[in-house]
Amino acid sequence: MRAFISAVYLFLYAPIALVVLFSFNAGRNASEFTGFSTMWYGKALGNTFLVAALQNSLIIALTSATLAAIFGTMAALGMERLRPRSRALLDGLFAAAIVVPGVVIGIATLVALVEVFSFLNSVLASVWPDENPPQLGLGYGSIVAAHGLFSMALVTMIVKARIASLGRDIVEASGDLYATPLTTFRLVVLPQILPSVLAGFLLSFTFSFDDFIIAFFVAGSKTTLPIYVFASIRRGVTPEINAIATLVLVASLMMILIARILMREKKPTN
Amino acid sequence: MTSASTNDIEFRSVSKSYGAVTAVSDINLQVPKGAFVALLGPSGCGKTTCLRMIGGFEQPTTGEVWINGQPMNGVPAYRRPVNMVFQQYALFPHFDVEQNVSYGLRQARPRINAREISRRANEALEMVRLGGFGKRRIHEMSGGQQQRVALARALVNKPSVLLLDEPLAALDKKLRTAMQIELQTLQRELGITFVLVTHDQEEALSMSDLVCVMNAGRVVQLAAPREVYDRPSDLFVADFVGKTNRIAATVDADGSTLRLADGSALSIPGRTGLKSGSAILALRPEAISLHRQNGSAPGKLSGIVTHRIFLGSSADYSVAVEGLGDFLVTADRRDLADGDLVEPNEWVVLNFDPGAAHIFPA
Repeated sequence: MRAFISAVYLFLYAPIALVVLFSFNAGRNASEFTGFSTMWYGKALGNTFLVAALQNSLIIALTSATLAAIFGTMAALGMERLRPRSRALLDGLFAAAIVVPGVVIGIATLVALVEVFSFLNSVLASVWPDENPPQLGLGYGSIVAAHGLFSMALVTMIVKARIASLGRDIVEASGDLYATPLTTFRLVVLPQILPSVLAGFLLSFTFSFDDFIIAFFVAGSKTTLPIYVFASIRRGVTPEINAIATLVLVASLMMILIARILMREKKPTN
Repeated sequence: MTSASTNDIEFRSVSKSYGAVTAVSDINLQVPKGAFVALLGPSGCGKTTCLRMIGGFEQPTTGEVWINGQPMNGVPAYRRPVNMVFQQYALFPHFDVEQNVSYGLRQARPRINAREISRRANEALEMVRLGGFGKRRIHEMSGGQQQRVALARALVNKPSVLLLDEPLAALDKKLRTAMQIELQTLQRELGITFVLVTHDQEEALSMSDLVCVMNAGRVVQLAAPREVYDRPSDLFVADFVGKTNRIAATVDADGSTLRLADGSALSIPGRTGLKSGSAILALRPEAISLHRQNGSAPGKLSGIVTHRIFLGSSADYSVAVEGLGDFLVTADRRDLADGDLVEPNEWVVLNFDPGAAHIFPA
């Protein structure tokens, strides 16, 4: 049994460990380690295509995570006021959004966006004063929208859990002490849920930054980092790819670690 | 000029229902300025709903709640001149003690300057004997201290009415008694109307000067504590406030003689014109005297002691009387001939003054 478990973990983590190890390889061969070097990190960061893809990924992750954090929190707060039955329904819908496979989200979003864009473009063409109406198409916007929607469900679930443990009475106490609903939100609710909002933001950021499947469908001509890696791997695995993978891995782990710390329940007072 | 009202709180045929469930039905209630009133009743009787309607956390389905001579329908909690001490205190965990206490003052418009806020907050903390605790975090305070922070946080705003939602329920008995005295003293000193919700009849009787006994969404009796105890308006009040022996009886056609289940007759002096038919005789445990049976002592009832609960200066006895069931008797030690306690399995005689009994239709 112990051997079996060890084998499982070995299969899981050995390849990842190898990627990290070979990112420090001095040689160009991916099968033999010829010495320690950080040259591939330098090479990777000197690659303009790669840096552009990284930039795209960062912009998309930042935007979609910000939108998801704002709207997800609003949804969680709003759901508090629903009747139990409607709340259960929405709960189910949000949970479903999280388990729908990325391929399905990718295809569905692509089809929907193409339909909507072609309709809007025809409307724009008919009302635009000159011959060159702006064309709506896939790109930043579509990836941000697809990631943002998915992440919003994530944020809603996380923030909702925090609100549930918050208790109605401190909100009522604030109202009892002459605070308007807006002041109550600013002084009492927000400080209490902020860690969970940040956790949701970080998880959303990580998700968007790492996502290949959904982005691949709706990216149009834009290249995100995972898409770049996928494309360049067809030209063979170089230690440069290993270096990128290691950087992404470290960044993702950090984010998730911080999110976990933020989501940790505080010890009950008293 | 607004005419001064003598009532701080008034319920005018207030009802509250949640869907098909009626929590409170047709309550009329007047609480005079400066009174300490206790809403007393079993859980689910509507007392907390009434308190929350005063606080503005619930709106009545029909009827009106008036505070200070102003109708409060539609007025949200944050515009009402009342403050509440919540059952679980509801202190803000991310603020320190002083920030909690000054919270209400910081919402005041026009603004109060920071030094004045701090001065008043510390004054309020002194009042609840927590001077010097201002910079503590909430989770560093014990349950009793948190309770006082909650009290200071409410009182610092000088409300016309202070609402207390079972504020002592979470404290241990000794602390609870100390807080009862403290609350009573504070109320006398400040002259603020206190409305206390409790299911603890002892608490209601000892602290308030007006007890409002509620059952099933209605006010059953509103009177001074002594009145409620000595002259309960019905069997529910007699049972809920204090302990009561219930004795089944039948009122004769003459309207003044009662016949007990064991066949003995009892006439109640000065009480005539009772409705004939079955009735319940309610008798307080301390209204019954208990003596050892030693041949000559005359008694109305005789029975055998089945249990004794020793209470220090007195003792509660459970006495089985043939044909009438178990009686609860509280006997002061001084009343026993030799100051000695009666032991279980001893035969005793019970005496009571029929005038002390309350008669309710069954």
